[in-house]
Amino acid sequence: MSTPAAHGQSQNRTVKWINDRLPIFTFADHFQDYPAPRNLNYWWNFGSLAGLVLMIMIATGIVLAMHYTPNSELAFDSVERIMRDVNYGWLLRYVHMNGASMFFIVVYIHIFRGFYFGSYKSPREVLWWLGVVILLLMMATAFMGYVLPWGQMSFWGAKVITNLFSAIPLVGTTITEWLWGGFTVGNPTLNRFFSLHYLLPFVILGVVVLHIWALHTVKSNNPLGVEMKGPQDSIPFHPYYTVKDYFGVGVFLLVFAAIVFFFPNFLGEPDNYIPADPLKTPPHIVPEWYFLPYYAILRSFTQDWWFFQIVFSWWGVSAKLAGVLAMFASILVLFVLPWLDTSKVRSGRFRPMFKWAILVFLLDCLLLGYLGAKPAAEPWVSISQWATLYYFVHFLVILPILSRIETPKPLPHSIAEAVLKGGGGAAAGATAKPMEKA
Amino acid sequence: MATSGKSETARPAAAHHEGGSRRDFIFLAGGAVGAFAVGAAVWPLIDSLNPAADTLAEATTEVDLNPIKEGQAVTVKWRGSPVFIRHRSKAVAEKAQSVPLADLRDPETDEQRFGAWPREQWLVVVGVCTHLGCIPLGQNPSDNRGEYGGWFCPCHGSQFDTSGRIRKGPAPTNLPVPPYTITKDNKLIIGQEQEKKPTA
Ligand code: HEM
Ligand code: FES
Repeated sequence: MSTPAAHGQSQNRTVKWINDRLPIFTFADHFQDYPAPRNLNYWWNFGSLAGLVLMIMIATGIVLAMHYTPNSELAFDSVERIMRDVNYGWLLRYVHMNGASMFFIVVYIHIFRGFYFGSYKSPREVLWWLGVVILLLMMATAFMGYVLPWGQMSFWGAKVITNLFSAIPLVGTTITEWLWGGFTVGNPTLNRFFSLHYLLPFVILGVVVLHIWALHTVKSNNPLGVEMKGPQDSIPFHPYYTVKDYFGVGVFLLVFAAIVFFFPNFLGEPDNYIPADPLKTPPHIVPEWYFLPYYAILRSFTQDWWFFQIVFSWWGVSAKLAGVLAMFASILVLFVLPWLDTSKVRSGRFRPMFKWAILVFLLDCLLLGYLGAKPAAEPWVSISQWATLYYFVHFLVILPILSRIETPKPLPHSIAEAVLKGGGGAAAGATAKPMEKA
Repeated sequence: MATSGKSETARPAAAHHEGGSRRDFIFLAGGAVGAFAVGAAVWPLIDSLNPAADTLAEATTEVDLNPIKEGQAVTVKWRGSPVFIRHRSKAVAEKAQSVPLADLRDPETDEQRFGAWPREQWLVVVGVCTHLGCIPLGQNPSDNRGEYGGWFCPCHGSQFDTSGRIRKGPAPTNLPVPPYTITKDNKLIIGQEQEKKPTA
């Protein structure tokens, strides 16, 4: 591998002149030299896809903001004007609207990739934390973006979610009125949400830079979960993975375009095409699909649930507050995941029990998502309560115990050994077969 | 300040350390002043998000109660939120008054909420569910009023009685009674406190 300095010593004198003063070309060369494990599979495409979607969101968002009016009297009509009158306005909005959904699909897959292959384990804890921070920021951004069109779901979603803070004892009302800038969700709320919705994506961008910085310090994990030990285990990121990412982008854009052009409202709620009415709650409030599992967790805490009574009610916590705490805990628990799963083996491929645990956990998350869209009535309430319990049991009980009692399968000595034994010299395609033998 | 303690024993370095401890003091004092200055500078930014003067100024709503017949319900807007008004019959009010406090999650008698006859015939509550802020159903005759004849919140199923008190579901507290005044000519001023005694 050539050293960065060698690239910096470019033939071109202008390039060299600039590089000596701001080593931006050396920095760019880093991507060519950056060694990546030779066995990354397609689950490793989703990080770059998330980056792509962030760029798409920022580009479409900035242009939408040129046509949008953040005022409670005018917002709904300005979005309708974008849809009907602004040149390609419908396209910008549909890309931005469905882009938010694509962002979450991609990021959720990216996170489950991390779960299965143990990418949160040492030395990648900080990398993982930064990812969780990005997830939280994305949720805040998407929530506030959804309020902007000022339809019925925008308004009532904002109302219900900001009201979560009223569960905080003593200062709840002060906080909600501060968040709203009034006595309920209204024009001041819309204005500040617009301001923050514009700001947060750039904060996300900043954290993404840190995320990649951390990644380039500790390097990628890989499907075997065995660290790279030398040049035989790696290939340069460019051109090998740039090309592979590029292919993934093509497939992704096909799916994205199909949604934007053929089912642009499939993931949305028809009620959001009704202008906001502060005096009338829609009969059935549902958040966007990507928030449904958390919403199910929130709602599962009822006054008469035995678990709530045993664990919370005796120290004076209301069911409402408990639901809010559980909802936030469902994400915050990810911060401590590296210390809950103490198994030294990263990849689920070598963990016969963990493999099943993570599958059941995935199904549990999907079930919670399904329940989040159901009315708050039986049997849905009881099922959500069990599903909520399982969510936390997975992290707090199953993972720590599994790590202790499970006997992992023997690990290969190196990536190169496992990959080449399988008879394939090709970097990525050959990983599947040797793994089964490993 | 471990260094200043050490300076007493270690003679040769004393002068230097004395300077150090003076420096420590200046650091601490400077830090405290700086922290205060930052706080003072940030506070206007934070406080600007609180309800502004014009928002606070919209604080009262007036309603003429005369046209509202017994059994009728009316919804008005106060500070951006709905206020439910119901003209209760004596029987309905008495039923609400007779509920034992032990049956209530947020114990409050009907009298504490609305006062005594004839004031009690006017039920006035903020129509915002104390769970997460949806508008409960029950103001229209065709609405589902829940098991307790008051209101039913469609969002997560909270049920309120004919005094607006929480009886079932996730909401922690009763529908709040706003400050209000009923004038001699039967005008309701929401947002203005009056002693809860009979109006006549
Ligand atoms: C992290 C990236 C972003 C996410 C997840 C996101 C999400 C959303 C969502 C879910 C909506 C509601 C769409 C609808 O139902 O109509 C929205 C609307 C909006 N967003 Fe974003 N957004 C992002 C970045 C941006 C940026 C960077 C800007 C501007 C600089 C922006 C400006 C707007 C505007 C003006 C609207 C209102 C118009 C509309 O509703 O289509 N967004 N955003
Ligand atoms: S908002 Fe009324 S029950 Fe949840």
